[in-house]
Amino acid sequence: MQPLLQTVGITKCYPSGATIIRAVSDVSLLVRHGEFVAIRGRSGSGKSTLMNLVGLLERPDSGEYFLQGQAVAKLSEEKRAAIRRQAIGFIFQLPVLLPRATALENIELPLIYAGVARSQRRRRAKDALDSVGLAERGHHWPSQLSGGEQQRVVIARAIVNDPALILADEPTGSLDSRTSDEILSLFEDLHRSGRTIIMVTHATNVADRAQRQIALHDGQILKDEATSPQGALAEFPE
Amino acid sequence: MSPLESMGIATRALGANKLRSALTVLGVVVGVAAVVCMISIGAGAQAEVSEKIRTLGANLLLVLPGAQNSNGAKLQSGTQPTLTEEDAAAIRRELADVQVAAPLLSRSMPLVAANRNWVTLVAGINSDYLVAREWQIVNGRSFTDEEVGSGAKVVIVGSVIVEELFDGRAGVGETLRIGNVPFTVIGVLDKKGLGAANRSQDDVVFIPLLTAKSRVLGAVRGTTREALDFISIKVSDAAAMSETQQQIEALLRQRHRIRGDAPSDFSIDNPADVLTARGAAVRLLGILLIAVASVSLVVGGISVMNIMLVSVTERTREIGLRMAVGASRRDILWQFLIEALILALMGGLVGAVLGAAAAVAIAWEAGWPILISPWAIVLACGFSGLIGISFGVYPAHRAARLDPIEALRFA
Repeated sequence: MQPLLQTVGITKCYPSGATIIRAVSDVSLLVRHGEFVAIRGRSGSGKSTLMNLVGLLERPDSGEYFLQGQAVAKLSEEKRAAIRRQAIGFIFQLPVLLPRATALENIELPLIYAGVARSQRRRRAKDALDSVGLAERGHHWPSQLSGGEQQRVVIARAIVNDPALILADEPTGSLDSRTSDEILSLFEDLHRSGRTIIMVTHATNVADRAQRQIALHDGQILKDEATSPQGALAEFPE
Repeated sequence: MSPLESMGIATRALGANKLRSALTVLGVVVGVAAVVCMISIGAGAQAEVSEKIRTLGANLLLVLPGAQNSNGAKLQSGTQPTLTEEDAAAIRRELADVQVAAPLLSRSMPLVAANRNWVTLVAGINSDYLVAREWQIVNGRSFTDEEVGSGAKVVIVGSVIVEELFDGRAGVGETLRIGNVPFTVIGVLDKKGLGAANRSQDDVVFIPLLTAKSRVLGAVRGTTREALDFISIKVSDAAAMSETQQQIEALLRQRHRIRGDAPSDFSIDNPADVLTARGAAVRLLGILLIAVASVSLVVGGISVMNIMLVSVTERTREIGLRMAVGASRRDILWQFLIEALILALMGGLVGAVLGAAAAVAIAWEAGWPILISPWAIVLACGFSGLIGISFGVYPAHRAARLDPIEALRFA
């Protein structure tokens, strides 16, 4: 079966003062449908840049990127936006919600840009909210929700479009350990229901919840292996 | 994304900052209000002038007695009783372009009919006067030559008199007394509305000139009054107006034996000229004010742009989020452009309403016809929309060019 996504030697550089930093250097990666992948690394290892590249928020300087078999590295911004709204759901470290929209309206946002009819939007938003366990909170404002609840709304927004790929950048970074655990359980549920998830994190215990772990260091893949039950990546230089 | 959807997003964003939105559009409101008000006032004043010129009668000249027209202070007309019926007759007889020259003698007098009374202007004329003023009789008839020649006690009344004395009844055939002299009503005049001095032209009664001299006006004073209030002259051709004016001047100077460069003991007015000049002055003032208002519109546009730029910066994260969940750059561009457009259009609408209200108030105060031209409102709204777009493009463009990653990182 065709892989969901495949990068072939993608590289992304940033100017930093007088020098140029290779944030992502010659990374080749293959993710199949239904995988739950954690990209691990310290800050500055290039993991966020890699996720932005995979999420089509950034364009690689070189290399090729195939998403669902389509070469997308050199597409125009408009076309990448179209793919983003149809195939990718984003979860960020800070729960970014529109403060003046209710939970349901926030979840509907991707559907608005995808041109889904109003009546259908509300139904699908409710389904998504239900699946993250917040069915009762649909008409609350973001400010009335706890951090964990806000992050659940963000997850509902990420899955409402039924995207082929869910990208999560430090999804538990701003949460306490108990709430983090709930969110990660939610990811496991989503994974079990057949969704493909790529999660970026710096924390070993978070990465351990994924089925596969990719360790990134200085923009290059250091290790790429299945998670062992006892945490086999303990020797990774943390 | 549909335009309706964009509009919903834009109105919500504006509604979240109501005070700021209101203050932002103030410049546009003031500008549009001023433009609508001035266009309406200009149109109203113009209509008033044309209406007054129309009710004056075409190609009318007035010869007034006794005004000192030379350098120095101008005395009020009529201070010297210098015009006579013979002058009127001579003008009519000697000058080819004069269609009629109608003498008029008047004063305010009390009228009595049954138990009602009313003080009005009683004017002695012959039927030429109604020709000069192009004044129609809607009910009854004008004076016959016989009535004018014999000094009959018949009267033609204005529409105000019918209302005040006869409660709106037909009036013809009824009797009224002017002073102590009983008169029979033979005709009712068509409505003319307000005259040049904003006094109703319909509050008047006309009697034959001879009757006025011998029985009414003269009798009050105890002597027969020869001097006229003024002579109304209808010129047959508009092109001959100024030439005829000079000929009348020459003729009357000769008749009154005024020599050399001595000042005339009469003056000749072209009342339409006066009204036209007044209309032109109002129009010029209007154009100046519209020019000032346009500056306010531009300033209003700049404040719209300023606030839109602030708004784009404030909502950088929102823009990043929208882009991440699939908004295209075009969607973002439209969102902010529509926001600016709605701001400006609301300003335009509020301004148009305020301007129209101000125009109504001013027109009412000045006694002008109220003329809110829909054209002015369409123009104002169109112009404010144009301002919204032209001053909204740059902020919207900045929003659309944001890098989604940078935007999301923006705290």
